[in-house]
Amino acid sequence: MAVVFEKTKGLTEKETHYCPGCTHGIIHRLVAEVLEELDVLGETVGVAPVGCSVLAYEYFNCDMQEAAHGRAPAVATGIKRALPDKVVFSYQGDGDLASIGTAEIVHVAHRGEKITTIFVNNAIYGMTGGQMAPTTLIGQKTTTSPLGRDSNLTGFPLRMSEMLATIDGAVFVERVSVHNPAAIRKAKKAIKKAFEVQLEGKGFGIVEVLSTCPTNWGMTPVKALGWLEENMIPYYPLGNFKSPEEAK
Amino acid sequence: MAKGKVIFNEDICKGCALCTTNCPVNIVVLDTSRINQKGYHPATLSDPEQCIGCANCAMMCPDNVITVERF
Amino acid sequence: MAKVLMKGNEAIGAAAINAGCRYFFGYPITPQNELPEYMSRELPKVGGVFVQAESEVAAINMVYGAAGSGVRVMTSSSSPGIALKQEGISYIAGAELPAVIVNIVRGGPGLGSIQPSQSDYNQSTRGGGDGDYHLLVYAPANIQEMVDLLQEAFDKADFYRNPVMVMGDGMIGQMMEPVEFKERPEVDLPPKDWAATGTEGKRKPNVINSLFLKPEELEDHNIRLTEKYDAMKKNEQQWETYNMEKPEIICVAYGTTARIVKSAIDTLKAEGIEIGLIRPILVWPFPEKAFVELPETAKMFLSVEMSMGQMIDDIKIVNQGRLPVEFYGRSGGMIPSPDGVVQKIRALLGGAK
Repeated sequence: MAVVFEKTKGLTEKETHYCPGCTHGIIHRLVAEVLEELDVLGETVGVAPVGCSVLAYEYFNCDMQEAAHGRAPAVATGIKRALPDKVVFSYQGDGDLASIGTAEIVHVAHRGEKITTIFVNNAIYGMTGGQMAPTTLIGQKTTTSPLGRDSNLTGFPLRMSEMLATIDGAVFVERVSVHNPAAIRKAKKAIKKAFEVQLEGKGFGIVEVLSTCPTNWGMTPVKALGWLEENMIPYYPLGNFKSPEEAK
Repeated sequence: MAKGKVIFNEDICKGCALCTTNCPVNIVVLDTSRINQKGYHPATLSDPEQCIGCANCAMMCPDNVITVERF
Repeated sequence: MAKVLMKGNEAIGAAAINAGCRYFFGYPITPQNELPEYMSRELPKVGGVFVQAESEVAAINMVYGAAGSGVRVMTSSSSPGIALKQEGISYIAGAELPAVIVNIVRGGPGLGSIQPSQSDYNQSTRGGGDGDYHLLVYAPANIQEMVDLLQEAFDKADFYRNPVMVMGDGMIGQMMEPVEFKERPEVDLPPKDWAATGTEGKRKPNVINSLFLKPEELEDHNIRLTEKYDAMKKNEQQWETYNMEKPEIICVAYGTTARIVKSAIDTLKAEGIEIGLIRPILVWPFPEKAFVELPETAKMFLSVEMSMGQMIDDIKIVNQGRLPVEFYGRSGGMIPSPDGVVQKIRALLGGAK
C-alpha cells in the first residue's frame, strides 16, 4: 500500500480562510507542491498580495513578505536583488496584478527579473465583495457593474498573459486552469516550469491560473467550475504563450 | 475489491463538493445526514469498495482534506 | 582621511556606500538626480545593486523588499516623489524594517518647482502615509554634516528597525563643499534574525508584514511602536545653539536656512543686537529639550523657513505659550537672504520697543 496523495509540506497546518470551493486553495497547493518537489522550500521567499490571498503568508511554509496592493512584483524585485541565489515568487490576484499593479507587473517583466509570478484570475474583486475587475467578462454582473459589464462604458477584459508575452524579459508565460483534474495536472506542470526557469536564471516567468469565485459569482462551487470552463476559457484561451526556447 | 483508500480529514472539510465532480466511479459524495464542526456536510465515500485510488477527488480539494492510498 | 570637494548629492551617495549601503532603488526627479547617477556608477564597483524603478512607488516597494531581506538599502527622491513613496514608507514603518530615505526638498504643492525649499516639513515630521508612525528625520545644514548624519542614519534605522529620512534641500544637493569621510565608530546592533531570507529548513518561516486583522493585535502593535517612538524622543533629539547667552530674539531654523540666519545674527551682533539660534539637527523628534530653559532676555521666537511656516506649530508646542512666535520665510524656491532676516528682526525689535 502506498500513499498516492497527501498534503504537501509546502503548506503550513493553518486552515485557509477561503470560501468553500474557492480554487485559491488548489493553486496554493500546486505552488507548494512544486516548491517541495524542487526541494527549495528553505531557499524561497514568497510575496503575498492584497486581495483574497492577502493571508497567503500564513499558508505557505516558507519565508514570506506581505506587499501593498499591486506592488508585489516591486517587493519581489527588492528581495531577489538582495538575495539573488534564493527563489522568489509573487502570488497575485487580478485586481492586484491587472489593475492597481499593472505598472509593477509590466516592469518586472521588462527588467526580466528572475522571479516567478502566480497570477490568479477569477474575473472579479473577491475580498472587497465582488466588484468589477479589468478581467471581468462582458455582460458579467458584479456589484459595480450591476447590469453586466458594458464594453461601451468600461472597455474590454484585459488579457494579461498575451500582453506580457510581448515583453522580451518575460521568458515563460502560460495560462492554465484548475477546473478539473487534467487541467490541474497541466497547471502544476506550468508552475513547475516557471520555477525551473527562475532556477536556471533565464528571466521572468508568469503562470496565469483561471480560478473561480463561487461566492461573488453567486453560484455553487461545482457550478462555478462549469462557468469558468464555458465562459472564461473561450475569452482567456489556455496555453503557453512563451517559453525559454522561443525567448530571445 | 477496493484498489484504493480515501481518508478524509473531516473536521476541515468545507462541504464544497468539488471532490465529488470528477470521481470516475462516482462514489465521492457529501454526507447530508451529518454536519462537521465547521457546520458543513462533510465529503465521504458512498461505496469505498469501488475506490480505484485515482486521487482525482484529492486533486480537486481546495482544503487538503483528502489523503489517498493505493493497494 | 583628507578632505575632498564634492557636490552634495554625490557626497550623500559616497556616505551611503561608506555606511555599508549596497542597494539603491530610485527614480529620476530634479534636484536629486546626481545621487542615483552616482549610485548607478559606484555601487557595482563594490558589489552593490542599483535599480532604476518604473516609479517612486515601485522604488520604495523595492526598498521594502530588500529591507525585508535584511540588507542596508536606500532610496532618494524629491518632494512630489516622496509623496508617492509615502505608501511604502508606511509599510516599512508598520513592518518595522530599517531603510534610509533621502529627500532633497523642492517647492510645492503639486509639481511646484525644482528650486530649493523646506516645504516638506509637515510631510516628513507628521508621517505622510497612513497610520500611527514616525520617522527619524535628519536635517543637516552642510555637506559635511549630511555625510556624518547619513551614516548615523543607517545605524539608527537598524537599531530601531524603523525607516529614517535624511532631508536636505536643493541647495545642499547642488552645492559643492569640502568633505571628510571620518572613521566611523562601531555600533553594536542586534542581529537581523527577523529577515525573510529563506528558512534553510532550520527555523520556522519569517514573515514580514504590517497586517494585523485582529483589533487587539493591531492595538498592541501600535502601543509597541509608540514605545519605540517615545524612546526616539528621549534619546535622539539633536540641536545646535548659536549666540544664546543673552538674545532678545531666539531664531529657530534648520538646514541651510540656519546658515543664513547665522550670517544675520553675526551682522546684528556687530551692531550690538543680540539674537540667538536654536537649530534642530533632527526635526523629528523635535528638540524640545532645547526649549526647556530659555534665556531671560528672550522676548520672542522667530521661525525662519523656506516654507510658509510649517515649523511654527512645533515651536508653539515646545514654547508652551511663554513667548510670542513670529515667522519669516520665503517659498517657491526663493531663498531668504541674510539681509531679509536682518530686516525682519529689526522690524520685530522696533515693534517691541
